[in-house]
Amino acid sequence: MSLALIAALPFLGALLPGLMIRAGKNACALVTGSVTALALLLLGLNAPAVLRGEVIHTRIDWIPSLGLNVNFFLDGLGLLFAGMILGIGLLIILYARFYLSKSDPMGQFYTYLLLFQGAMVGIVLSDNILLLLVFWELTSLSSFLLIGYWKHLPEGRQGARMALTVTGAGGLAMIAGMLILGNIVGSYDLSVILENKEAIQSSDWYLPALILILLGCFTKSAQFPFHFWLPHAMAAPTPVSAYLHSATMVKAGLFLMARMWPVLAGTPEWFYIVATTGLVTMVMAAKIALFKDDLKALLAFSTVSHLGLITMLLGFGTAEAATVAVFHIINHATFKAALFMSAGIVDHETHTRDIKRLGGLRTLMPITFAIATLAALSMAGIPPLNGFLSKEMMLEEAAHVVWGGNRWIMPVLATIGALFSVAYSFRFIAHTFLGPVRDDYPHHPHDPGIGMWAAPAFLVALVILIGLVPMTAAAWLVQVAANAVTGQEVEVYIKHWHGLESPALWMSLLAIGGGFVLLATHARWLAMWNAMPRPEAKPMFDAVISSLSHLATRITDRLHDGAISRYFAIGTVTIAAAAFYAFWTGTHTTGSRPLLPIEAVPFLGWLAMVLATIAIVIFHRNRLLTLVLIGIIGLTISVGFAYFSAPDLALTQISVEVATVILMLLALNFLPKQTPQESSPMRRFSDMAVAGISGFGIAVLAYALMTRDFAFPTIADYHIANSKPEGGGTNIVNVILVDFRGYDTFGEITVLGIAAILIYALTEALLRAGPANDRLLAWAPDQRRAGDRHPMMLVVATRLILPIALMVGVFIFLRGHNMPGGGFIAGLVVSIALVMQYMASGFAWTAARQKVDYHALIAAGVLIAAATGVGAWFNGMPFMTSDFGYVHPPLVEEFELATAAIFDLGVFLTVLGAVMLSLASLSRIALRAGETVNVEPFDIDPSEGRRIANEEAR
Amino acid sequence: MELLVASALGLLTSAGIYLMLRQRTFPVIVGLTLLSYAVNVFIFAAGRLVTNMPPIIDKYAAGYTDPLPQALVLTAIVISFGMTAVIVIMALGAFLEAGHDKIDMTDKDESANPAEGTK
Repeated sequence: MSLALIAALPFLGALLPGLMIRAGKNACALVTGSVTALALLLLGLNAPAVLRGEVIHTRIDWIPSLGLNVNFFLDGLGLLFAGMILGIGLLIILYARFYLSKSDPMGQFYTYLLLFQGAMVGIVLSDNILLLLVFWELTSLSSFLLIGYWKHLPEGRQGARMALTVTGAGGLAMIAGMLILGNIVGSYDLSVILENKEAIQSSDWYLPALILILLGCFTKSAQFPFHFWLPHAMAAPTPVSAYLHSATMVKAGLFLMARMWPVLAGTPEWFYIVATTGLVTMVMAAKIALFKDDLKALLAFSTVSHLGLITMLLGFGTAEAATVAVFHIINHATFKAALFMSAGIVDHETHTRDIKRLGGLRTLMPITFAIATLAALSMAGIPPLNGFLSKEMMLEEAAHVVWGGNRWIMPVLATIGALFSVAYSFRFIAHTFLGPVRDDYPHHPHDPGIGMWAAPAFLVALVILIGLVPMTAAAWLVQVAANAVTGQEVEVYIKHWHGLESPALWMSLLAIGGGFVLLATHARWLAMWNAMPRPEAKPMFDAVISSLSHLATRITDRLHDGAISRYFAIGTVTIAAAAFYAFWTGTHTTGSRPLLPIEAVPFLGWLAMVLATIAIVIFHRNRLLTLVLIGIIGLTISVGFAYFSAPDLALTQISVEVATVILMLLALNFLPKQTPQESSPMRRFSDMAVAGISGFGIAVLAYALMTRDFAFPTIADYHIANSKPEGGGTNIVNVILVDFRGYDTFGEITVLGIAAILIYALTEALLRAGPANDRLLAWAPDQRRAGDRHPMMLVVATRLILPIALMVGVFIFLRGHNMPGGGFIAGLVVSIALVMQYMASGFAWTAARQKVDYHALIAAGVLIAAATGVGAWFNGMPFMTSDFGYVHPPLVEEFELATAAIFDLGVFLTVLGAVMLSLASLSRIALRAGETVNVEPFDIDPSEGRRIANEEAR
Repeated sequence: MELLVASALGLLTSAGIYLMLRQRTFPVIVGLTLLSYAVNVFIFAAGRLVTNMPPIIDKYAAGYTDPLPQALVLTAIVISFGMTAVIVIMALGAFLEAGHDKIDMTDKDESANPAEGTK
């Protein structure tokens, strides 16, 4: 469990910074830091076992049928990476607290950071490749948020988009590769896959899987030719760069190569693809870094170069090289994070990162100078710092590698890469800190407070410590991690002196000497570099993306031309064609279920409905008539429900019918009363054909269905048998609604409430200043108005009816559990009773007497229903379990009390609120259109027989 | 009776689809209403037609019809009211905003603004 908790903690904690920011920046940073520290502590508790050589597993089934399980495991490699992610994360949180300016939303930053951290920890702890892919994509998404954190900067947005596009595309390729791998092995569990080296490497699918997975790794780890996104991602705030580009995001690709190393490495394909890519990336990026003037761009390319170095080491495919790779991952994380933070400090203090405008900061910022210099010297590989140790070991490995039969290529190019690395590292020191103090810094610099330099200083302390006593400080971690990478026991022996006969010594000396020479003559090389044409990645990337997006736009415009009737037609024809195809290719027998005899009265009902339907089609241009005909159809349908043993449906249908017709009448007030004849006879004929064929198909399908018995045993019997004993009600339909399928009903009333609130929101939008509002204000009624808007008969009648109607509503509600009725129907009946008041006495009169807000009704309804469901928990039952009992009060017959009735009350309130809110919204539109409403219910005072000087409200 | 229900269902579907293929909002809404009647009746009919056997537990009852489709259709009726209300307001809003109630966006000026690349 604790492993899953380590991965989950940052995600859970991501909710906190946004809340805590109200308590101030320190509180926010402290809470964020505590979350990470807690995760780190949990990891630490597991560390001793891992260091003893154990592997810790946590298994939670998620979707076992897909092979997708939330399985985590912690071995040496996972421990190393999780430790780096959380440890450096903690430092970054501290550093960011002081780096971000007042105007930056810090809560947002920490939330993004924790999301990213959780995704990264998830990757390194996953024991299921599908789960790993989920986390992998999450890193792409959360890093998008982090890189684009400064939303106001176009570079930030573009850089974030580029990073997402490149790493996202790689992620897609990797999904395919992982699925192939899982298919070969027959399991998606990493621990199983890692034991199947022979099966994987002998499979025909090995090469495709390898290439696809490597695409994911290379894009993530910015390997050539996908390296270009990383420098552009430098538009992010420096804490992000330091975190993503030293220890986490870009290391994810390396992690995965290391993770998959036991099963994928060791073949010639692996060697040539991985080692070559790494080598090319290392040399090329190191060369570019030498000519970058932006401190962060320089560091970005140096990162790419070092990632190339590690990739190359993994590509060699030997256990020794993989061990060196692990060691360099640690070293690179320490010195590179420190360097990024130092660059951030320089930027923060001088307001520029341009090397050309810097120099001479040594005396002005002595602490920063010390930190940056030590880190940069380690990056250059100067003894006795940790970068020296791993670089020396790297050169040693490279010296023995034969590439394509040639013994020289690898060592020579590796030395050249190291040489460039020395040169740009020294340039970073020399051109920023050395030289004379200038008087034209954009902002006069001095060392920042300890809060800002504490984190890089800590890292530099590690750089020195590992450099001086590697066997004590790092060898144990390298040992377990390398064991996990290679799947075998490796000997880790890190030493400073390899002896005079070691080629690494001479290669290293050559690199340092050459680096100095290169830096001394830097100006000349720079001129040459600038004179040379070189490909710029960003315009090429933009061109590709914009041509793709144009293509997509063209296709979309072609397919979606805005003609909705065309979409309807295409959809209908497609469905009908598929159905007819299925019908013709299948086998059929006639149905055997006995038919019900046709009786006279139902036949008349059928006739009324058929005639009304035909009339609707013929007279549909007369919209008012259409509504009358709709009423006839709805009425016959509800009678039909009653006839076919569905009393609840009949009640629901008839009350919904009334509400629907009222609603459409109100809307029609503002719509044209006639539909103009527009379509050609040809179009009408083809539409009729489409409609006719579809209708015929439905009729045949329904007939075929009704003349056959159930193909499978129905689950109806269960509901019928258990309605009374389990649900406590005799109306099975109501018991299903409020009990058996209560959760569905809960969802449905929620949807209904959302629909009503949507209507309210749409009305609000219409009534805001805009063309709709202008039209309403200038509205001229196109119908003659009634002389007496509130006829006395109607007013008096509705007043008399109201209490009776409400009583009917209560009655229907109460009997619902046992007899036809229930919350849905009662809600509709009561709302119709209320709407009658609106219609008779006017909107204002009714609204003035309305004590409860409809929004509140909807909310109360949903909450009551939810509370009833939650209540079951207190009885130790699952959500929505109902309970009931019988009471025997004196004088009255025994009756039943059921929690389902409270749930039904929620349904009732929601339905009432939703219907009323929808209708009231239409009234508000009418008010805006200049409809005046009475404050008094009558135009005429019946007692005096005179017209009231009725004050009119708007 | 099955034949009557099936034919009525087919007719409702046809009328609904025909009206939905019209070019003004109001007939489309009416068509949608008819179509939702048809769908509700179809789901109901999947429980097979039975007379005089309401799903109300009663010791004298000879049997019960299938209650499940009824429960499904009951909520479907109420939900389709909610959806009709939404679409009615949308139609009203569109008419008030645009000044006409056509449903097809075929005007050139409305489609002349393709996405401007990725900038």
